[in-house]
Order: sequence, then structure tokens, then C-alpha cells
Amino acid sequence: MRDPIRVVVAEDLFLLRDGLVRTLTEHGFTVVAAVGTGPSLRKAIVDEQPDIAVVDVRLPPSFTDEGLQVAIEARRQRPGFPVLVLSQYVEQLYARELLADGNGSVGYLLKDRVFNTDQFVEAVRSVAGGGTAMDPQVVAKLLSRGDARGRTADLTPRERDVLELMAAGRSNAAIGQQLRLSVSAVTKHIASIFGKLDLPASDDDNRRVLAVLAYLNR
Amino acid sequence: MVAELRARVFAPVRALVTMLLSVAGVLAAVLVLVSSALVVVGIGRYAVPPAVWLLRKVADAARALVRMAGVDVRRPYGPETSAIGLLKARSTWRDIGWAFIDPVIGTWATALAIAMPLFGVYGAVVQPFVWRANERAGGINSFGPIHVTSTVTALAAIPVGLAMIAAGLYIGPPLLTLRASWSADLLGPSRTTALEERVETLVETRADSAGAQAAELRRIERDLHDGAQARLVALGMSLSNAERLFEEDPEAARNLVIAAREASSRALDQLRDLVRGVHPPVLADRGLADAIRALALDSLLEVEVRSDLPGRPSLPVESAVYFAANELLANTAKHARSATTVAISLHYTNGVLRCVVTDDGPGGADPMNGTGLRGIESRLAIFDGTVEVDSPVSGPTRVQLEVPCAIRSV
Repeated sequence: MRDPIRVVVAEDLFLLRDGLVRTLTEHGFTVVAAVGTGPSLRKAIVDEQPDIAVVDVRLPPSFTDEGLQVAIEARRQRPGFPVLVLSQYVEQLYARELLADGNGSVGYLLKDRVFNTDQFVEAVRSVAGGGTAMDPQVVAKLLSRGDARGRTADLTPRERDVLELMAAGRSNAAIGQQLRLSVSAVTKHIASIFGKLDLPASDDDNRRVLAVLAYLNR
Repeated sequence: MVAELRARVFAPVRALVTMLLSVAGVLAAVLVLVSSALVVVGIGRYAVPPAVWLLRKVADAARALVRMAGVDVRRPYGPETSAIGLLKARSTWRDIGWAFIDPVIGTWATALAIAMPLFGVYGAVVQPFVWRANERAGGINSFGPIHVTSTVTALAAIPVGLAMIAAGLYIGPPLLTLRASWSADLLGPSRTTALEERVETLVETRADSAGAQAAELRRIERDLHDGAQARLVALGMSLSNAERLFEEDPEAARNLVIAAREASSRALDQLRDLVRGVHPPVLADRGLADAIRALALDSLLEVEVRSDLPGRPSLPVESAVYFAANELLANTAKHARSATTVAISLHYTNGVLRCVVTDDGPGGADPMNGTGLRGIESRLAIFDGTVEVDSPVSGPTRVQLEVPCAIRSV
């Protein structure tokens, strides 16, 4: 059996923190620290060297975007350090900052996504494994910007659906399941999207997602 | 550099015009006094308005010169036009006061600004050619410390003359500014008038702001009542029904719990939208520049944001400018359909925060048309802020917001 994934949780609301710890533990993660402030998160990341940090954007003592700042700082010191950021709001600006270093291993989700346990756990796993998990709201806004600029004009509606799910960080299998397509059909669509958008082809799923996000963020 | 040099060279000319205006001012003031005395015999009723008109023209010209010297001065006149009204007006008597007092306290400054370069020109350029003739005619030639009696002494006077010109031109502009600052005290509205105007503005903007605040609270109350509150009621009902059905119909109970979860998500969505309209999260987290950058990212237009703010203004100012920029962006998206790019710049100098929004749309935006701009105006008026719209037909449209405020560095 694989070693359990070691998680640091930072959330200032006790009930939510407790819920997160419980959910993660139930699904085989090891929560090595559960903290409620920015400074203690910074310390926990250094002391525990976790595999991933699940972080609320707004943390005391400043009650501004302290959690996000600590997460970005941690990724600067440890490039590619997996971070899943949770927030009451999703902001394109913050999504862009998280993606800016191009290293992947980031997630940015609305807090209510935690209610859907399966998807939340999949997101934590995927981010810990180098993947990306962008909130559907972030992706929808990115796509509508892309549409307004004619960037997705060449895609068929089906390809656009695939692009949307891919940008959210879903695996090929998950995309196929949601759109009722075979995995090989999904792969074919992705190849076609990459051809039309003139993006570099890659065998690595995570690289492909990052390329799509960078394209839409341009 | 060139502009500075030009200012120095023209300083004596401006000084001369100022002195001529002093003379005109005294004459006009005398005219006003005489015609006011004639009111008793009746002719004054017809003589006072043109006399006051003349005095005001002269004073306006003097104000223009004061502004040219870099001192701000406002016109103090009210709407009065009748002879009695004009004679009762505080501003008329202040103008007369200016006409008599200003030359007494200020003439030396302008005279010096003219005389020094002129005397220098005489020593450096004229005297070398005329001193001999002057001496032959029995006159004495002296230039400052130098007594000119020979070609050598005449030539020696040249550098002294040049130095005099340079010194005259150097002190000219500051002398004019000095005199202008005294004149401005006499030419501007009196303290009482200024305070009266200020009180009027404050009463107006206070009423506007109280009205806007009440409307905003009403909107929030309505949004909460129809939105999140209603959803939470539905959620509670779903949950209590589920509780009842747990034993007899677990499947139905499950569906109710799922419905409850969805209702809570929708309630959260509505609360989010509401909070965004009251105080956007990025504004709270990061301040104005990043909040406007976040706006730019949410807009379907291509928006470029540039900011060199050294810190953060107070929260109310930040919020007012943010919502003004938001409104302007929405206006551009709505009205200037052919606009594709918008540039927003934030800049802070001399205690004024300036936000300029420019789009490449078709222009022709009418500031009097539509409530959007009026709303921005009253939002900013609370802070003595202003809105300026420049939108020539065929574009581009440029809107400038200015808010005087303090900035605390971060």
C-alpha cells in the first residue's frame, strides 16, 4: 500500500477545519497539522514538510488574503509544492497568481465544493500528484473571456466541453465519464483541440492542463 | 527648461502688465465710487452696473495674471446684476479694496522685476555707446559702483550690467509669485463667502450621501430577503421534512437532503454576489489597484491597468473610486460597443488621487445623459472629488476622476 498523503490544513473556522480534517482522515489522508492562522501555517509547512497544504485564502490575524500569500511564498521556496486553496470567493486575479509560476500542483476551489466529498477528495489527490484543480467558476470565466476574444472560435461544441473540463483539471477518464465518451474519444478530442489552438502536444496530462490554462489566461 | 527660460524672460512684461492693470483698477474703482454716490440723485442706478462691470473685467484680468504666476484664485462674484445688489455685494467692495491696497503693498515687487533687467540692459548694451555724448553734455555716467569715464570703465560696466540682467530675470518669477499671493487674498472670495459656499456644498453632498446610503441599505435588505433568507427557509424546510421521513422513506429523505445541500450552495452564491456589491473581497484584501486589476480580469474587454499608488487611501475613498471605475467599465461595455480596449491608470500627486479611464470606442458620450455618471459624481462629491468627461465624436473617450485624499504607505 502507498504511504498516506500528509496534509496540512489551514482554516480559521473551527467547524470547517474540523470537517476538513475528518473528511481527509476518512479518505486515507494523514493530517499532520490543522492550524487557524497565517503564521502558524507558515510554521507548519516548514516543520512538517507535508505533501500538500489545504489553505483558506482569508486567515487571521490580518483577515486579508494571508493564506494565499503564505501559499505562494511556500511555493516560491519549494517550487511545485502542492497547494489547494479554498475560498468563499473565486477571483481570477488570485487564480492567475497561483498559476503564474507554471509549476502546476495547484488547486483553487470555492469552499462549497467541499460539500461534494468525492470531488473534493479527488481534487486533493490530483493536486498532491502534480495536477491542477480549478473551480468551475474560474474556468467558466476564463472560457467566456477566451470566447469574447475569439480564441475558442475554431472549436466544435464538444471540443469546447472537453476543454472546459480539462481546464478544471479533470482526468481524461473523468471527462469521458461526464460527457459519456470513451477515453480514446476524449484523447482524440484533446489532440484536435491542441492542434487547433496551436499548443505544444505533450503526453503528460498535467502539462497539457497547464498549457490550456496558460492559453486561456493570456 | 525652455518653458522656464521663457517664464523668466517674460516676467518683466507680466510685471509691466500687472502695474498697468493696477492703474486701470484704481480708475475703475474711482468710477464705481463716484457712480455709487450718484445713486442718491438717480443717475447712479444706470451708472453703477457698467462701472462695476469694468472693475470686474480689470479684476478678472488681474486674476488671470495671478494664475499665470502659479497662484490659484477663484472668482468671487454672485448672480447679482442690479445697482443696489452690486453695491451690497461683498465682492464689489473687496474689488475696490484690491484696487487701492494692492498697488500700495505690491508695486515694489513688480517694479523691481522690471527695473533690474532694464537697468542691466542699459549698462551692458546702451551705456557703452552713449556715455561719451552724455559726458560731453555735462552729465555724470555711473553704473552701480562703477564711475564710467573711459572706454575701459564703460567696458567694465558690461559684465556688471549682464549680471544685473541675470539677477533681474532670476528673481522676476518669484517676485511675481509673491505679489500674486498677496493679490490673491484680495481678489479671491472672502473667508466668509468661501465658507458659505463650502457649507452649501457640504449640505448638498451630505444629503446626497445620506440618500444614497439609505437606498443602498434598502437594496441590501431586499436582496437578503428575497435571496439568501428565502433559500435558508427552504433549506430548513427540506431538512425538517427529511428528518420526518428518515424512518419511513429513506430514499425520499435522501433526496431532500440533496436538495438542501443545493439550496445552501445557491444561498451562498447569492450572499457572495451581495458582498461583492457591498465590499469586494479583493478590495478588502489588497486595496484599490489590485481590486481594479481583478475587475479588469472579469471584464470581457481588454483592460490594461497601470498604477503607481505609493500606498492605500482611506477605505471610503478606495471604495468610491473602485465602484466608479466599475461603473465606467460597465458603461464602456454597454454603450461603446465597438470599444475593444480600455486603459485605466491610477496616479497620486500633490494629495490628489487621479483615476483615468480611456477607451477606444466611438466617443460622443454625453455626461449629462444617463444616471451612471451622475451617480459617480455624487459618490465622489462626498470627498470633494470630481469627474471630467472628454468624449469627442469618433473617440476616444476619456474620463478622469480626481479625489483629494491622504495615502498611507504600506
